[in-house]
Amino acid sequence: MQIVLIRFFSALAVMLGVSIIVFFFIHFIPGDPVEVILGETARSSDREALREALGLNQPLMTQWLNYMSGLLRGDLGLSLYSRQPVTELILQRLPASAELSIAAMFVGLLLSIPLGIWAAMHKGKIWDMATSSFMLLGIAIPNFVFGPVLVLVFSLWLGWLPVSGRDGFLSLILPAITLGTVMAAILARMLRSSLLEVMSEDYIRSAHARGLSPLRVMFRHALRNAILPMITLLGLQLGGLLAGAVITETVFDWPGIGRLTVEAIQRRDYPLLQGCILFISAIYVSVNMLTDILYQQIDPRIRCAV
Amino acid sequence: MTRIFYYLPVFILFFWMLVVVFQPLLALSPNDIDLDKVLGTPGGSSWFGEDDLGRSVADRLLSGAQVSLFVALTVMSLTLVIGTCIGVCSAWFGGWVDQLVMRITDIFLAFPGILLAIALAGLLGPGIGNVVLALSVVGWVGFARLARGQVLLLKTRDHIVAARSLGTSSYKIIIWHLLPLIVAPLIVEATFTVAGLIIAEAGLSFLGLGVQAPSASWGSMIRDGSRYLLVAPHLVIIPAIALFSVVMAINLMGDQLRDRLDVRS
Repeated sequence: MQIVLIRFFSALAVMLGVSIIVFFFIHFIPGDPVEVILGETARSSDREALREALGLNQPLMTQWLNYMSGLLRGDLGLSLYSRQPVTELILQRLPASAELSIAAMFVGLLLSIPLGIWAAMHKGKIWDMATSSFMLLGIAIPNFVFGPVLVLVFSLWLGWLPVSGRDGFLSLILPAITLGTVMAAILARMLRSSLLEVMSEDYIRSAHARGLSPLRVMFRHALRNAILPMITLLGLQLGGLLAGAVITETVFDWPGIGRLTVEAIQRRDYPLLQGCILFISAIYVSVNMLTDILYQQIDPRIRCAV
Repeated sequence: MTRIFYYLPVFILFFWMLVVVFQPLLALSPNDIDLDKVLGTPGGSSWFGEDDLGRSVADRLLSGAQVSLFVALTVMSLTLVIGTCIGVCSAWFGGWVDQLVMRITDIFLAFPGILLAIALAGLLGPGIGNVVLALSVVGWVGFARLARGQVLLLKTRDHIVAARSLGTSSYKIIIWHLLPLIVAPLIVEATFTVAGLIIAEAGLSFLGLGVQAPSASWGSMIRDGSRYLLVAPHLVIIPAIALFSVVMAINLMGDQLRDRLDVRS
């Protein structure tokens, strides 16, 4: 329980730091939001009025306090572009983002676990080389290349799947594969090396010596221990997933939070951009906190050591 | 056969370095518009065909290499130097300095790095300088963590303790006794970082935050080309292969370096 509390408060402290950094980045960057909204030709009286309405004429410290108190109430301000609450805009996009993340995670696990096991069982042989090259390939091909190539093959040439947008299950397949493959490659590499490490331990040798079948040794003895480091990596990968979604959602015109972030950048919608970054970071920090806690619960060595 | 594979990454990188260094001698015309050749297929009037404005894809590819490699190498050098300085000082002096640096890196690591770079580049406005700045602000953390960890391991070694008890200044110990020992892991990390940065730069250009038209970069070529995917897939495939060849070559070279320099991952 104590560990959970410590992790919770350190995550809270990190989020406080994140919010401070985001706030100051946005306020020290050249470019006046008032000018962005009204255009360069606006009258100075109009500019002053808008500045007043947005609270931009107050001292930076007051602005920061207002922003923090809003943050604590879950109020991220109004979008400069649509004048809707930022929280509302983000929550509108949340289902699409969640759907894509879960689907990509599913693709990642579905590919990585069999591939990692397969490569470890055939270490040094041609199958290991083949799966290892696939893993390298998966890491070296960026989303914005892999996505269009998938579209070219499966949407344009074969005509099986929609090119872009979010319209039912079929439209989810290509974005999920694009996002999930990179993750699969990284996870599979990790699983392979951690399996190889576990397989050289004494208890595996004695399991073999007891005449257990190789498959039984793999699944009942080796995999259970080798899969532990994957949990931490999975948490970290989710961060990559969230950031990768910014590009993947752009490629497929998927209406998620990543797309919203890009829209906010293009329209110089500072409150919205600030909200998106904070929201994604908050999810990332919480997931990493949960994986840490989960890891301690699963692995008795760590649980006892703390 | 294996020898060829072993040297292949070096050949690929050497080729691209030559392209970048001897760019002025190649007499490229990456921005010349020729409307008679719009979306020309490869093998026609030129090796790699022409894009939607009839510009030579081959020329744009070669001049894009300069942008990609310039950004990646600049950011790598900047973050390597800054990160190493911060990490080494943090570990060497310890105490509140170390605490402060670690909390700051914690916060930076709480963002998915590329997301922060995208946001920063977006806020600063498009342009190569801003891409370098955005990627550098995010990138130093990895080097700082690595350098700190290495110095913490070395700090209690006999030769360092001996140098200290002889009254050698911190500055001299760091330069002459610590840095030479942590160079190997830093070089390996720097190699993988360059690969990551090339992808990151291309990603930012893909989102329209990098180099501005009419200049070419591999990311912007892929973005522009993806609009003509059905009629001219070579506009995406050719820069994608170039990008892929470099990233793959650097990653393989990083693996080789790691084995050669005997750095544990």
